[in-house]
Amino acid sequence: MGDLNMQTNTIETDILIIGAGPVGLFAVFEAGLLKMRCHLIDVLPQVGGQLTEIYPKKPIYDIPGYPSVMAGELVDNLMKQIQPFQPGFTLGDRAETVEKQADGRWLVVTQRGVRHLAPVIFIAGGLGSFEPRKPPIPNIENLEDNGVDYFVRNPELYRGKNIVIAGGGDSALDWTIFLADSVKSLTLVHRRTEFRGAPDSVEKVMELAHMGKIKLVTNAQVTAVHGEKHLEALTVQHDTEGESMLQADHFIPLFGLTPKLGPIGEWGLAVDKGAITVDTLDYSTNVPGIYAIGDINTYPGKLKLILCGFHEATLACQSAFKFAFPDKKLSFKYTTVTGIEGMPSTAEKV
Amino acid sequence: MENTIQITVIDRENVEHVLDAPTDMGLNLMELCKSYELPVKGTCGGMALCASCHVYVLTDQDLPEPSEDEHNMLDSAFFVQANSRLGCQIKLHQELDGMVVKLAEESE
Repeated sequence: MGDLNMQTNTIETDILIIGAGPVGLFAVFEAGLLKMRCHLIDVLPQVGGQLTEIYPKKPIYDIPGYPSVMAGELVDNLMKQIQPFQPGFTLGDRAETVEKQADGRWLVVTQRGVRHLAPVIFIAGGLGSFEPRKPPIPNIENLEDNGVDYFVRNPELYRGKNIVIAGGGDSALDWTIFLADSVKSLTLVHRRTEFRGAPDSVEKVMELAHMGKIKLVTNAQVTAVHGEKHLEALTVQHDTEGESMLQADHFIPLFGLTPKLGPIGEWGLAVDKGAITVDTLDYSTNVPGIYAIGDINTYPGKLKLILCGFHEATLACQSAFKFAFPDKKLSFKYTTVTGIEGMPSTAEKV
Repeated sequence: MENTIQITVIDRENVEHVLDAPTDMGLNLMELCKSYELPVKGTCGGMALCASCHVYVLTDQDLPEPSEDEHNMLDSAFFVQANSRLGCQIKLHQELDGMVVKLAEESE
């Protein structure tokens, strides 16, 4: 740790929270009341977890005190509630590795190499990190990054090539429109004749198909990939007319995102059926200093409810304080009596 | 029994489970499977957002048409057939007595 440059690039905090969903966000509030600083890491580019990613416009009816609240609105309110405590964020990046340091703190490094140091980690990862849903095509993994791409990272890669996109949602439609002009050929394969994307995009895709710029194959699914070192062709299974072959340099299946436990599964934590087992005394895991709160944990009687996650976060913060500051006295206060005493932002802190 | 119907669920190993299902508790098929500890994850909690409760309906039941949400989710699911439904969108009621469903293969 002698490297000065390395030190300036490391984010230091009291509680490192993995997952910026409602429970991770509320943990910042409870930690803040105990004067502990928090930093959150989330794989999604915005806060709120599944509430903002999956159902921002859906109402939630079981948040105490709110007869009904939109998921997105609840996240906005949580952000307001924790604002006095100036949490830091590493968004659009995934926590990859954890390593205990000589001083007892945890070093967590993300996929992009951002380093975080904290005495305590809260895993508030919900259902896990959102990753592309991969079609169950035999041996497709052998051609991943060799013609099979679950994301469009660099559109230039597809210039002058034969491209097949599968899916019926907005991302399938948007990339079809975006790539149509620069590729040699583009085929969009979809299970149904109806598309669920934005009406404008659907219309545009239909127009491109009508003009012969793209080929639309509906009521069909890609069932096999062919190629030795690189993708060469695909088998398409049609609902009524049997199978056909499609020449393809690249296959881009766009079937949305699905949550996976991901690298956290390799952190040495006790896991039961994809959830981290915790002690209900304080929601600690089997690894001292690492807690798991919200949908990602499991214990006898567990209910995956936001309100239960809030309770878990609150108790975990009390325990985390004793763990991180064993010499300090912990006092329990009511916000109604003492109010909220915020923190200066990290930038102002010397 | 009053307010109880029978639903047969064939699991992924082709084992038949005949389940007594109450019709007065607002249960859906996904919740019923979970309450009998059949291997149905129900990850999204019943919002038609994950397809982990994907089933094939094998009997000729008069089910309401899938909603747009259910169709959209089935678009992102795999192993989808003409008789594919999401268990979480099938509310249990008296007319479904005797229904037989098969759990679809799990993917990802």
